[in-house]
Amino acid sequence: MTDLPTAYVADRARMRETPEQLRARIPGWGVDLDPADRPSHPKLQYAPESTGAHWRFPERQPGSEDRERSIEHAFVTPVFGTAQPLHGASGAIRRLAYERFSEARLAHWMLLIAGDRVDAWGSHLRSLASLRPDNPVTQTGVRAELGADGVSRTGRSDRRHQALDPVLVAGPWVAAAGVAVLGARRLLRR
Amino acid sequence: MRAMTYRGPYKLRVEEKDRPRIEHPNDAIVRVQLAAICGSDLHLYHGMMPDTRIGHTFGHEFIGVVDEVGPSVERLQAGDRVMVPFNIFCGSCWFCARGLYSNCHNVNPNATAVGGIYGYSHTTGGYDGGQAEYVRVPFADVGPTKIPEWMHDEDAVLLTDAAATGYFGAQLGEIAEGDTVVVLGAGPVGLIAAQSAWLMGAGRVIVVDHLAERLEKARSMCHAETLDYDEHDDIVVELKRQTDFLGADVVIEAVGAEADGSCLQHVAGAKLKLQGGSPVALNWAIDGVRKGGTVAVVGAYGPIPSAVKFGDALNKGLTLRMNQTPVKRQWPRMFEHVRNGHLTPRELVTHRFPLEHISEAYHVFSAKLDGCIKPLILPSS
Repeated sequence: MTDLPTAYVADRARMRETPEQLRARIPGWGVDLDPADRPSHPKLQYAPESTGAHWRFPERQPGSEDRERSIEHAFVTPVFGTAQPLHGASGAIRRLAYERFSEARLAHWMLLIAGDRVDAWGSHLRSLASLRPDNPVTQTGVRAELGADGVSRTGRSDRRHQALDPVLVAGPWVAAAGVAVLGARRLLRR
Repeated sequence: MRAMTYRGPYKLRVEEKDRPRIEHPNDAIVRVQLAAICGSDLHLYHGMMPDTRIGHTFGHEFIGVVDEVGPSVERLQAGDRVMVPFNIFCGSCWFCARGLYSNCHNVNPNATAVGGIYGYSHTTGGYDGGQAEYVRVPFADVGPTKIPEWMHDEDAVLLTDAAATGYFGAQLGEIAEGDTVVVLGAGPVGLIAAQSAWLMGAGRVIVVDHLAERLEKARSMCHAETLDYDEHDDIVVELKRQTDFLGADVVIEAVGAEADGSCLQHVAGAKLKLQGGSPVALNWAIDGVRKGGTVAVVGAYGPIPSAVKFGDALNKGLTLRMNQTPVKRQWPRMFEHVRNGHLTPRELVTHRFPLEHISEAYHVFSAKLDGCIKPLILPSS
């Protein structure tokens, strides 16, 4: 019974190659062999003097008064991003998510996703009234499909859902155009 | 300045934006010389990360030149060439003091479950990222490091996330001499994880993917065995066969929330957003590792729940280890490995795009066209 698979007997699985063979074949094999000598060991490595911080608590960045925050935080953190502050309907939805629900609640994240979609739709509509309207051709990068191995390539990662992707990406645009056409027709009939 | 801006799922463009300014005494403004698109940027691009706002500039892998520093900055000055970890961290909170730089509590008011990350939505703090000509870098005395003279720029930019994350993933696996290590995903993170597994004494390294050019890279760059999951009816059964029905000692999950491998899961999670992603790779890791083994997760997942086979993990007595990478903690040792040729991040780079063509860059990387493994962005070209 020497040919039983490893899992069914007590013997330790043997290495296919010896450490010497591996060292000869693989650059650097075993240079981090000692688990205690790896950079992430131990997981908690108390060394506050090594970080470069020269403060006990950082000076507070100005402008935190109206900054949204997770209610799991005691306060707005001393440093924060100031990109794209909350605005409009999407801002109201996002603010509700932050002020009403903790990160532990699915509603928090679903509201934020809803805010994202409202932000996108509003932004697309506003762009149509601007000098630089959204352009689904240039913004999706689909022109890259015209390269050497675009649409026809068999190994592309999205081939399993390739047929669905254009529907998901272009669908809202087509639907919006349809609504606009129907709306225009009704107006004209009046 | 010119900057990539998000316009909604699958859509982005380059716009003129205000140059960032010093907002805190320990800020620096960095002029970006080289940036990269990370696989995790695709989660933002596909609209999967909550609170990704229109106008946001992505990019958490970048190097550049310090253009301006705030009044309390002591360690950097204008003109220094720096590599910037993807983590924004203060260096002084409970977590930073213990080396958990990716879990900093002083930089992200929007969430407590994740630290600060450049250009990665407001869920990670609302900081614009480095796929732009300039970027604001908070805590300049803590995060950035001057690029060593000998280091190649493409190695440096990959060390800011992808390479560091691969190396960290192998450490999370707690690899012991002779272990069989399976790496799920032959992207940049998975390939460096495979190289790193050897450094930690692995006896076998098996990389699983379904893209031929990536599996070839795993063989040539990482000396790994490879499995194409498309060629097997059930990759978990194949992993059991490959390991004499034991299962792998360690599985490193380097795929994250948009795994292929199950059309249903992918469409339900990644496309229709009916769950927080497509946890196919994580479930393969749980089922493919041996009982009592370790699953290391460095693939990126968002905060929305996913259908993970937790019961199998429990019943198999697994150790699950994971985190966003505390990048700077990895660097001193990784610098040695890069200098000695034991880790070769810049071998991953397949494409270089000017910033003005970033829409095409994202599409090529997202669909894996043209053999794309790692695209770089050149802001000044």
